[in-house]
Amino acid sequence: MASWGEASQSRLIGKRITRLSGKDKVTGKAKYTYDINRPGLLYGRILRSDVARANVVGLDLTAAEELPGVKAVIELTQVGNQLRYQGQEIAAVAAETDDIAKDALRLIHVELEELPFVVTEEDAMAEGAPEIRDWTGNKSNPGVDERGNLEAGFEEAAVTVEATYHTPVQTHVCLETHGNVAEWRGEEYLTFWASTQAVFGVRNDLARTFELPANQVRVITEHMGGGFGSKFGPGIEGHTAVRLSKMTGKPVKLMLTRRAEHLVAGNRPSMTQHVKAGATSDGRLVAYDMQGYGTGGISSGAGFTGPYVYHVENLRTQRFNVATNAGNQRAMRAPGHPQGAFAMDSLMDELAEKLGMNPLEFRRLNDQSEVRQAQYTLGAQEIGWHKRNTIPGSGTGIMKRGMGVGSGQWGGGGGRGTQARVTINADGTVEAVTGTQDIGTGIRTAIAIIVAEELGLQPTDISVTIGDSEPGLPSGGSGGSQTTPSVAPVIKTAAEAAKQKLFAHVAPLLQAPVDDLRIGTGTIYVASDRTKTVTWKQATGQLGMESISEGGNWDQELRQGGVAGTQFAEVEVDTQTGQVKVLKIVAVQDCGLAINRLATESQINGGVIMGLGQTLLEERIMDPQTGRMLNANLEDYKVPGTFEIPEIKPIVFDTHRRVSGVGEPPCIPTLGAIANAVYNAIGVRIRELPITPDKVLTALAQKKA
Amino acid sequence: MSDKEKKQGTEISRRSFIKGVGTGTVAATVVPTILVGDEKTAEAQTDQATTNAEIQLNINGKLYEIEVESRTTLLTVLRDGIDTNGNNVDLTGAKLICDKGECGGCTILVDDKPVYACMMLAMDAQGKQITTVEGIANGDELHPVQEAFIKHDAMMCGFCTPGFVVSSVALLNENKKPTLEEIKDGLSGNTCRCGTYPFIFDAVETASDKM
Repeated sequence: MASWGEASQSRLIGKRITRLSGKDKVTGKAKYTYDINRPGLLYGRILRSDVARANVVGLDLTAAEELPGVKAVIELTQVGNQLRYQGQEIAAVAAETDDIAKDALRLIHVELEELPFVVTEEDAMAEGAPEIRDWTGNKSNPGVDERGNLEAGFEEAAVTVEATYHTPVQTHVCLETHGNVAEWRGEEYLTFWASTQAVFGVRNDLARTFELPANQVRVITEHMGGGFGSKFGPGIEGHTAVRLSKMTGKPVKLMLTRRAEHLVAGNRPSMTQHVKAGATSDGRLVAYDMQGYGTGGISSGAGFTGPYVYHVENLRTQRFNVATNAGNQRAMRAPGHPQGAFAMDSLMDELAEKLGMNPLEFRRLNDQSEVRQAQYTLGAQEIGWHKRNTIPGSGTGIMKRGMGVGSGQWGGGGGRGTQARVTINADGTVEAVTGTQDIGTGIRTAIAIIVAEELGLQPTDISVTIGDSEPGLPSGGSGGSQTTPSVAPVIKTAAEAAKQKLFAHVAPLLQAPVDDLRIGTGTIYVASDRTKTVTWKQATGQLGMESISEGGNWDQELRQGGVAGTQFAEVEVDTQTGQVKVLKIVAVQDCGLAINRLATESQINGGVIMGLGQTLLEERIMDPQTGRMLNANLEDYKVPGTFEIPEIKPIVFDTHRRVSGVGEPPCIPTLGAIANAVYNAIGVRIRELPITPDKVLTALAQKKA
Repeated sequence: MSDKEKKQGTEISRRSFIKGVGTGTVAATVVPTILVGDEKTAEAQTDQATTNAEIQLNINGKLYEIEVESRTTLLTVLRDGIDTNGNNVDLTGAKLICDKGECGGCTILVDDKPVYACMMLAMDAQGKQITTVEGIANGDELHPVQEAFIKHDAMMCGFCTPGFVVSSVALLNENKKPTLEEIKDGLSGNTCRCGTYPFIFDAVETASDKM
């Protein structure tokens, strides 16, 4: 049975190892799609609707086409079509410089007949609202789930809580905007640099869309500047870049503007849930009745979890989507989970308070995860849970402190579909190749660590090629925290197979049977007689003119899904300004075997920080009067900056020796932990994110009144 | 409103564009016709009335002769510029992220002071010493800030990293031993979305010990 071996035997796996691309990234040498310069490169831009809903009644490209420096102008919609959200594509240009492309957009004449629109959930569901898609009243058919006997549950309950929780739309804010460079050569060969989290997904999409054989489309993503779930396909901008390149015979770079990135490149849907829940006097959650909705813009997919993590026997849930005239939602870091967790963790605290129980104890009674039970103990110790206010809001003075806890659960077990090759050359060099991509989590380095561990080398000895479809070794998209658990088993088994082949070459030299050979650090030796040893180079020298090149397979035993997480937050609230400052977060994150502890810790930090942004800062603000997004930039759409960063204690809680992904789960428990800490500090609950100073002050004023 | 009126409205607007924004559901009933622009609504003019000039820029100790428009930003020259000999400047370390001075991704040094390259016109950079992230190392020898960023893994996707490296160098040039609060202050003009901040702070602390 395949295994990663004991921790004590690992020389590299599980240690803190710096990433292979570090030097390129700190010197500016790392080339992202945005950085690709090609001979004769043209710059593409897209003209977008600036209104929420309109019919296209006129479209004239002539003036733009006549502008010197413009090489192509194409329609992306037609007269007669309806535009259904701000930012929707109308036309595109390719020009010699980006500034000329910008000028050309201004010369495209568009006439629109504006139509009634809805950009907020409330407006969409209001009586008499214009129906903007094929749903009655802009609502999708609800998904209903029932279990147990809700009525009996409420009868058994000693306390009930009824509350409405809301989280607004959050946007991904990838720092490298979505975009591509398309270079169509000759009749039928396309090279496509893509800022994507799915190299092979993009390749297959392009081959299908442009009717090219898949092996005549090469997709390259050497480095990419963030995706968070929003970068799986080439998108309209990608298809547009290809069309423009094909028309002009030149490479075309088409990257979204920051504004377009907010408008059309995906978002995390909103959530509003009205929930009534009950618990028995001995602290059992026995009834949960929830109705909720969210908007994913004009598309569906606004799902969220609920109930979350904690066990409840009797429940009824009803969820539906609300259509609004806004850009489509896309998967965003643990889709559906953070918003569901925020509501559930708030609810759990509210129930605990009514029962007069410590909220942590109430969780323990209702959480069936053994892992999380252990995490509660560890996290509580680390944050100093015993020091919290036992009476919320009881602190004295202007600055009030509080503590809270939140929980999460994720899959991240990986899947089949990755092919990889590990090659050992006669000169001792080693190559590892697979078609995955590094979304920033450091898979390139993880691959090198695994191969180096197996072959007794250093990670820097391994030349890793990823982010390129040309070697023809497919791998899946980097989503669902699946990259490492999908890739690691294949890389490990490939390295093992290559090692066995090398042993066969070395066995005659060492005059020992193959199964008596072992890998040392930079050596191969005979287990039964350790005086018999050769260096790595002596060993590979046996290959003569040959190389060893082996594939691997996805081995179930090497990975495992299902990771639990718990976070504790300590905050300080300024009761005069309403400002919430997070002082400390303890993030206890189950992740199975962490291939690279350093990168794992950083991912936990990153998840916490994104969760903090969602709790305190981030909100897409739509103007119901104009139908426009009011904060489609990086100044008014607030993401966490240096001053918002608390002390974070990432605890890698590795419970087993199988690989799980950890990219998404750490952003889940943060919301509830902070929101509950705010309540513990000021004694008033804020049920609507983000918890901005105005909401804190309003809540405090209401408490006084 | 009848179809006939709608049609007339459309025809009139073709002759004289009505500029400005629509006003939502109310406006829709009067069939306004508007012109759409990508960055600004209803701007039918271009910035074409700009003059080109040949300028010299000193970037990372090397002189570049380059033709620019008056509106060309320094960031455009660094990333997309082609010099008068037809060579790409190709200094793409400084990133275009927000394009309006909000994120620090294009931070460079101009006469040793940190500057957002997207907010400076190329022409205004004449006669100044421009240092990009590519010019921070001394040949093959990395700057202590760069060494520390690698050591602490102070990057994930890495797109913001060049801006953070340059800002950190500028901070340490001014303040050799910054406190954590001073580090946060010195880097407050830079944004990271992956959330690498804790390791960035660690890296700057380590670098400050080496300088």
